[in-house]
Amino acid sequence: MSAITQRKQDALTDRLASMTLPEGGAWITEARRAALARLKSMGLPGPRDEYWRFTPPDTLNAAETPEAAVLDHGDETPVFSDFDRLKLVFVDGVFRSDESSDLTLEGIEIERLADVMSTDIHWAKDLYGKLETRAQTPVARPHAALNTAFATEGLLIRVTGKIAKPISVYYRHENATSDCYMHHVIRLEPGAEATVLENGPAAARFNKVMEVEVGDGARFHHIRAQGRDHERRAVTGLFVRQGAESLFKSFTLTANGRLTRNEAYIELTGPDASAHIAGAALGHGDFHHDDTVFIRHEAENCESRQVYKKVLQKGATGTFQGKILVERGAQRTDGYQKSQSLLLDDDAVFLAKPELEIYADDVACSHGSTTGAIDEDMLFYLRARGVDKHTAMDLLVLAFVAEAMEEIEDEGYRQELVGRLEAWLIRRRQE
Amino acid sequence: MLEIKDLHVKLEEEDKAILKGVNLEVPAGKVHAIMGPNGSGKSTLSYVLSGKGGYVVTGGEAALDGEDLLALEPEERAAAGLFLAFQYPVEIPGVGNMTFMRTAVNAQRKARGQDELSATDFLKEIRAKAKELQIDAEMLKRPVNVGFSGGEKKRNEILQMAMLEPKMCILDETDSGLDVDAMKLVSEGVNALRDAGRAFLVITHYQRLLDHIQPDVVHIMSDGRIVKSGGPDLALDVEKNGYADLLVESA
Repeated sequence: MSAITQRKQDALTDRLASMTLPEGGAWITEARRAALARLKSMGLPGPRDEYWRFTPPDTLNAAETPEAAVLDHGDETPVFSDFDRLKLVFVDGVFRSDESSDLTLEGIEIERLADVMSTDIHWAKDLYGKLETRAQTPVARPHAALNTAFATEGLLIRVTGKIAKPISVYYRHENATSDCYMHHVIRLEPGAEATVLENGPAAARFNKVMEVEVGDGARFHHIRAQGRDHERRAVTGLFVRQGAESLFKSFTLTANGRLTRNEAYIELTGPDASAHIAGAALGHGDFHHDDTVFIRHEAENCESRQVYKKVLQKGATGTFQGKILVERGAQRTDGYQKSQSLLLDDDAVFLAKPELEIYADDVACSHGSTTGAIDEDMLFYLRARGVDKHTAMDLLVLAFVAEAMEEIEDEGYRQELVGRLEAWLIRRRQE
Repeated sequence: MLEIKDLHVKLEEEDKAILKGVNLEVPAGKVHAIMGPNGSGKSTLSYVLSGKGGYVVTGGEAALDGEDLLALEPEERAAAGLFLAFQYPVEIPGVGNMTFMRTAVNAQRKARGQDELSATDFLKEIRAKAKELQIDAEMLKRPVNVGFSGGEKKRNEILQMAMLEPKMCILDETDSGLDVDAMKLVSEGVNALRDAGRAFLVITHYQRLLDHIQPDVVHIMSDGRIVKSGGPDLALDVEKNGYADLLVESA
C-alpha cells in the first residue's frame, strides 16, 4: 500500500474508531454494509486526491467535529417562512415533530428514515445508496458512502401526483459541536411534480445526501439556502437519475459558512430530459465554497445547464469543478456550463476546473469560466446618477449573480432569495 | 451656476497634461456649447467635473453654485445637481432600467433631505416622461442600456436627466451616433428642460446639434484650453471654415 493510500485509510480508521453501524431491518442493513465496504475500499479523501485539489478535506474527515458557534439570527425569520408549505424541521439532525407539519398531503408519501429503518422491505431499497453508488464512478465520494452507512435520519419521499405545496425542510443549528448525517431519498413517479425547499445550516458539521429519481415526464424543483452561520461546515451530495422528458432544476444560495462542498451527480438516462443546476455563493473572510458537478448524458436530445456565480472578498475562496460527460450515442446533447467569480478585493481566490468529455459527434457543448473585479465604468455610471458607492456595488453584485438566480423558475422563491441576498449585503457592510 | 477657474488636469497613469488652464462660467438659465477638435480635452472636462477616476487635478477650481465640486464624491456631485449625459452610456447587464432609475431618483432625494418617491408616483412620472421621448415600456424593463441602439441609449440618458431634474446638465457629444430624427427627439427632450434655474453645457464636434439646441454662448476648446468664445455665429464659422483657421487666428 502506498503512503498516500495508507494515509487515506488511516484517516478512515480514525473516523470510524468510535462509530458502529446503526441497527436496522434487512433492507437498510444491506445498504449500510455495502456502503461501508465501498467506503473501506476508498478511504477518506486526502490532499493529494485530484478531486480534492482545491478543497482541504481534513476538517470534513476529522473524527472530532470542529466547533461551530451558533449564530444569533436576531428577529430574522427563517427563509421560506412566508410560503404555504409542508414544513419539516430538524434541529442538529433531530426531527422535531412539534414544529413540523402533518406529513399527509395528496399525491405524496413522506416517511422518516428513522421510522422505517426497522422494516425489512421498503421501496427506498431501490434507491437508497444506489444512486450514490452510481455517482462513485468515475470519481470516489467517500463522504457520501459514509453518509449512506451511518445516516439514521432523513426523508423518504414518493411523489405520485402534482403536489399542491412545496416540501420545506428547515435545518436548525443549536449545538456548537453537532455532527449530523442526513439521507433523503426522493422518487418522482412518471408525470409527477414536486418542489423541495431546504434552508438552514443544519449542524456544526453537516453531511447530507439527497438521492432523487425523476421518472419519465416528471418535474422536480429544488431550492436551497444553506444558512448563514459563519463557522459551520457542510459536505453535501445530490445524486440524480432522470428519465425521458423529465425536468430537474436545482438552485443553491450559500452565504457564509467556513467550508461548504456541494457535490452533484446527474445522470440523464432517457431522451429529451433537461437538467439545470445553479448556485450563487457569497463569502468574505474565512469562507471556502466548493461546487463540484458531474453531468452524464446517456440519452439523445437532452439538455443540461450549469450556472455558478461566486462573490468573494477578504480572503474568501471559491472553487468550481464541473464536468459534462457525453456518452457515445447521446446525440444532439446540448450542454452548457458557466462558472464565474467576482473578486471584490485582491485577497480573494477563485479556482476552477471546467471539463468536457464527449464521445458523441452531434453535440453542442460549451463552457466558460471567468473571474473579474467590479467594472469601474459601471460603478462610475451608477455613482454619477447619485447612487452611493456601497449601494452601487450591491447593485452590481446582485446583477452579477442574477443569471444564476434566474435559474429559479418560480418568481416567488426567486424574490425571496434575492431579498435575503440584499439583506446579507447590507449586513455585511455593517459587520 | 458653474464656475471653472484655471483648471489643470493630468492623467493619473501617465504624466500627460490634458487640461491646461480652463476658465469657464455658465450662468443659470443659459446654454453654453463647447466645440473643438478631437483630443482637445472636451470629454475630459466633462469627466473631471462629474468625478470619474483616472484623472488628477493639478490646479484650479470648479464650483457649482459656490460649492467646491472637486472635493465631492461623484454621487455627491449628482445630488448637488450636476448631471452628465454620457457620450457612451454604459451597459449594465442584470440591473433593470427601472430599478436603476428609481434607485437613482430616491438616492438623490434622500441626499437632499426629501422623502423617497412612492412606487406608484415614480411609475406615473417615468411613464409620462418616457412617452415624450418615445421610450416604450419594454425599454424600461430591460437591463440598463443592454441591447439598446445608439439612439435608444441617448434617449435613455435624456430620460434620466428629465427624472433627476439636475441644475447643471453637461451633454457630452449627445449627437454622436444619432440620425436626424433621433437628434430631433433628443433635442426636444433637452429643450423641454430649459428654464431659468437650469444651465447646460453642450459638448459637440458639429454645429448641427446647435441648430436644435440653440446656445447662448459658444466656446472653442483646443489643446486643453478655451481659446475663443462668442455667440452662436461662432459655431457657424466652425462649420464653414473648420477649426484650423480659428486656431491659427487665436494662437
